[in-house]
Amino acid sequence: MADVTAIHAADVLIIGAGPAGIAAACIAAETGASVVVIDENPRPGGQIWRHISRHTLPGQAKYWLHRLDKSRARVHTGTSVVDITRGNAHFAIRTAGIVETVLLAKTVILATGARELFLPFPGWTLPGITGVGGGQALLKSGTPMAGKRVIIAGSGPLLLPVAAAFAAAGAHVSHILEQAPGHRVTRFALGLWRSPMRGVHAVIYRSKTMGSRYRTGTWVTAAEGQDRVRAAIITDGRRTWTERCDMLCVGYGLIPQLEIAQIAECDTAFGRVVADAQMSTTVAGIFAAGESSGVAGITSALVEGEIAARSALQHVRRSSLHEHATADAAESVATAAPNALSRRARREAAFAARMNEAFELRAELRQVPQPKTIVCRCEDVVLGDIARCESMREARLHTRAGMGPCQGRVCGPALELLFNWSALPARVPAVPAPVSTFLSNTSA
Amino acid sequence: MTTTDVIIVGGGIVGAAIARELSSDGRRVLVLERSFVGAGATGAGMGHIVVMDDSPAQLALTVGSRDLLDELERELPDACERDLSGTLWIAEDDAQLAEVRLKQQRHEAAGVRCEILDAYALATAEPNLRKGLAGALRVAGDAVVYPPAVARWLMDRAVDAGTELRCGVDVHSIGGGVVVTNRGTFGAPDIINATGAHAQGLSHGADIVPRKGHLLITDRYPAFCRHQLVELGYLASAHTLNSESVAFNIQPRRTGQLLIGSSREVVGWDASVNRRIVQRMLQRAVEFMPRLKSLDIIRTWTGFRPATAHKLPYISRIPAQPGVWIAAGHEGLGITTALGSARLLADLLLSREPWTDPEPYAL
Amino acid sequence: MSDVEIRVDGRSVRVETGATVAAALLGDETFAFRTSISGQPRGPLCGMGTCFECRVTINGMPHRRACMTVVATGMEIVTRG
Repeated sequence: MADVTAIHAADVLIIGAGPAGIAAACIAAETGASVVVIDENPRPGGQIWRHISRHTLPGQAKYWLHRLDKSRARVHTGTSVVDITRGNAHFAIRTAGIVETVLLAKTVILATGARELFLPFPGWTLPGITGVGGGQALLKSGTPMAGKRVIIAGSGPLLLPVAAAFAAAGAHVSHILEQAPGHRVTRFALGLWRSPMRGVHAVIYRSKTMGSRYRTGTWVTAAEGQDRVRAAIITDGRRTWTERCDMLCVGYGLIPQLEIAQIAECDTAFGRVVADAQMSTTVAGIFAAGESSGVAGITSALVEGEIAARSALQHVRRSSLHEHATADAAESVATAAPNALSRRARREAAFAARMNEAFELRAELRQVPQPKTIVCRCEDVVLGDIARCESMREARLHTRAGMGPCQGRVCGPALELLFNWSALPARVPAVPAPVSTFLSNTSA
Repeated sequence: MTTTDVIIVGGGIVGAAIARELSSDGRRVLVLERSFVGAGATGAGMGHIVVMDDSPAQLALTVGSRDLLDELERELPDACERDLSGTLWIAEDDAQLAEVRLKQQRHEAAGVRCEILDAYALATAEPNLRKGLAGALRVAGDAVVYPPAVARWLMDRAVDAGTELRCGVDVHSIGGGVVVTNRGTFGAPDIINATGAHAQGLSHGADIVPRKGHLLITDRYPAFCRHQLVELGYLASAHTLNSESVAFNIQPRRTGQLLIGSSREVVGWDASVNRRIVQRMLQRAVEFMPRLKSLDIIRTWTGFRPATAHKLPYISRIPAQPGVWIAAGHEGLGITTALGSARLLADLLLSREPWTDPEPYAL
Repeated sequence: MSDVEIRVDGRSVRVETGATVAAALLGDETFAFRTSISGQPRGPLCGMGTCFECRVTINGMPHRRACMTVVATGMEIVTRG
């Protein structure tokens, strides 16, 4: 592991190289500001633009990745942010992985994206059962799917594009099961006329998955198999039946990743980072962009990345003690058509709200896990043991749920939904990291 | 107003142990707990069952309590994770080895089995310790438990014997046979303050202050170390109530995870993780066990030990509060000495022959 | 597209350059990557490094997330360790 100890503070440090982080990096770096981008994954692109070779990506992704290459942003992949603290003049970002060091920055943009909401069901721990985004991530990182019989289930707009991707890779997607009732999904789809691009995408995805049975108001109640999944038990609330499968992808939508924001002491509310129209969080000098401030898709992420970059540059300019080229460039960028950006941001936020309403999770899903169903997969804690507790903290202390390496990322959101408990805020380390990570210092 | 024989304020391991003692003797006991059983220092510490010999009174209390816990060996469920891993007090050089020999004498005088390991024997016992250490005192009868589970088991036994437990109760005041809470007023001729670091809030004369500590836990690395390892400097750190100190203390848990400590500072109730202290702790730990560097840390947290200036808990009546008793101020030995403290308090309250001289623990 | 050769539980496995260890294992029909606390077989769930179910030992280092690691020639993977 290289120790690349920073001597200078970067103007902008961006955590996350998905669409929001990439857009922010390009905008900021193109003004001449010093920009560092950190991402845990082997390559930039986040979840939606995950790839091995760029030629498999849509044009928009290729454009932005190329633009990132050409910008002078320093991109560190395979690197995790472990801690973030505020010093007198700078933020200190402690990293682990390929780059193990402490980076200093005048401003930070949190573009940590979202992950899937998993709801436990009997048999869900069998190998071959993944999330919906999870299945797509495995597909995009080189897993062969040809000939596999796949069921895609859960909730949200992700089901159709993922099914299409599996079909394009040669899988037989036998079923696409959406828990939301048909009338809600239809209303959402009809509302897509307000956002022309999305309407087109929806039609294309639907047609690509011909050969799949698409059902609404239907969900998985259990999985069967010994050493791996062999079948899913499915219900529509009236009848229940079994379908064979080689792979079962179940995910119930996306939830913002808040851990680093919480460690940085940014306010979070309603499960997202609190950010104003300028993408400022409640900590001066820290900005948020993309799904972490509300799940709303690629276009919204790009717009917010742009706004966050401009706001960060403005903050750098205001904090800097003497004039230089960066400041002048930042000034002009910051005043470039802010109203247009804000209008787009508002439209995107409206779309996000409609999406959340359409795909609201039905009450029956809370009845799916049984007393013997594992809820905390890291520590193998079953629902029955957790149900005797009255809070997340009590469950953690008395059953060990949430004490494993995933730090409650899988079981926590499920328990919030099942029991109406409040989540426990994240603490350093943001992700498990070796002891050596904590021993290094900045040289500044 | 609900009246009963004894009201215990505080549902941590000490309160639970006392409830079990008193209700098994036939007293009607009501435990009032602010949050849930073990939510305070009980849930934040290491769960090291250790003989500590800073003073004869401390030695007596830790040895007697350790024996009481040993008696429960067959009854404690798996969740309590009791593990007879033993403690190694590590001597870095010959000067410390001389201290270790004195420690051995004091232990043996108190009937505690222990042995000196020389440098070679130490390296064999714990291969991941660095070379060049002088030796250690091995106390084989020391153990590790998971405190929340022990507290819950003790409370379950108390409830089985008739104790009533009420959680979610904030106690505002105690005294004059009355306990005033957010859920009503309760009465009893005997009221026990077992609220740990919060004790002074209800009993102003009890000079107990919160002494903050940090802990870290790793992912699972079975067989990385077998004993609880403590540097001799831990004693100096634990027993001076001044600024900030760090001492090497590492514990293997039955899960294969390693619990890494320790730190002490008096900073009120600020529960935030102090990065500088975490770094000092890890630097000290890595000095003793260089291979720790590649182990993953999963979590860090803080807790508040209830500390007294004279380094012993208060287990007695409170003269300024008639009808009120106190069992609090155990610093880092609350888990170790919960059973002995409870037995002593019960002895005093029930007018039995106290199992040990109660004078050193009197408020 | 070129291939990379790695070893999984002592077996030689070929996978496309740039694929992750998780993709390599699944392509090799290895679905159980690790054994849970209570002895169950487990494989990848989230595919993006947040669930820690895909942990394997890579070149002697335990607890490595297979879905976050790109294959390299000569890598030694041990599953269910």
